[in-house]
Amino acid sequence: MTDRTAPTGRTALPDATAPSRARRRGVAGWVDVRGRRLGGWAFILNRVTGLGVLFYLYLHLLVLSQLAIGPGAWDSLLKNWFLNPVFLVLDVVLLAGLLIHGLNGIRVSLVGFGLVVSRQKALLGAFGTIGAIVLLIGTLMFISHGG
Amino acid sequence: MSDTVTFRVHRFKHGDAASHHDSFEFEPGPRSTVLDALTAIRRTQDPTLTLRHSCFHASCGTCGMKVNGQEVLACVTNVRELGTGEVTVDPLGNAPLVNDLVVDMGPFYARLNAVERPLVRESELVTGARTASGIPQPLRYEDCIECGICISACPIAATDPEYLGPAALAAADRVREEPRGGDVPFVLGLADAPHGAWRCHVAFECSEACPSNEAPASHIMQLRRSLIGRRWRALLAQPVGAGR
Repeated sequence: MTDRTAPTGRTALPDATAPSRARRRGVAGWVDVRGRRLGGWAFILNRVTGLGVLFYLYLHLLVLSQLAIGPGAWDSLLKNWFLNPVFLVLDVVLLAGLLIHGLNGIRVSLVGFGLVVSRQKALLGAFGTIGAIVLLIGTLMFISHGG
Repeated sequence: MSDTVTFRVHRFKHGDAASHHDSFEFEPGPRSTVLDALTAIRRTQDPTLTLRHSCFHASCGTCGMKVNGQEVLACVTNVRELGTGEVTVDPLGNAPLVNDLVVDMGPFYARLNAVERPLVRESELVTGARTASGIPQPLRYEDCIECGICISACPIAATDPEYLGPAALAAADRVREEPRGGDVPFVLGLADAPHGAWRCHVAFECSEACPSNEAPASHIMQLRRSLIGRRWRALLAQPVGAGR
């Protein structure tokens, strides 16, 4: 039994340390897209892009470490890797991830502190539109610089 | 689409190593609900099928389950309107599984009890309402029907077994809004904890899934605003130099 009466006469919370049959899905529950609505998708994307941006941060530091080797190593990296079309596509993916995580983060912060709660869906739509426009402009810039 | 719908129903009996789905054929009428289908299947095809239900009109909250992956009340979910020839029915998530479509609601109810929410919304009672002879004064109950759909839909509850959950936090906010003799500081203290209101990550799945328009997520955000104010007031009330 998880329900019990505390000495104060109040109902205590269930004992979370007791063996659970609760069928919690764990982290899979965060990314399970079945039946999810708009806010659920925003939650999933925020988690996935958060991990992606974290991975990129370490990758970025690794790449920057080439500067310590010398200008030649850095120039070679730029020429042989970063102007490659595959990397330009990855740049677009990175920008999309940053926009999703950043803009949704602002939405979550605002709504999470009790602001614009009743308009949170409209806020999601507005940030989604802003993100799409910035992503389009960024993609065009990547293409023009890469070509 | 054929008139017959295949129901893939979650099955689990005490002692089973794992759960599975059984398929049943059901021919729905234009107004058949998922609950109609499941009770017909139990009556005519498999009397061992176990599910909870009571009122058949979205009032008791006992027939909450997942239909095609979404949390719904089976009694008001029209089979035809689902638009699929195959309907998958699963028990609510984030609750201990008991049998087939039945989960243990004990931990969920314990959380609701912990926040000590009164059931009657006194602020909206129509005290002057005339009733027929022998009929007692009607009461205005809280919106939450305690179905557990919100905590099943909540992604945070998937990983945090100690999370108070949307229903209990919404109930805590109702106590804050309308104490009715309740111990508001105690309830706010429960909510202002690591596994309380701050654990929510604003997915709003609970509000989307809620069948009685309780809007738990909005209550959680209102609760947070109140908790922020409470913390500021506590901070400002400290004498200068305290805590050094």
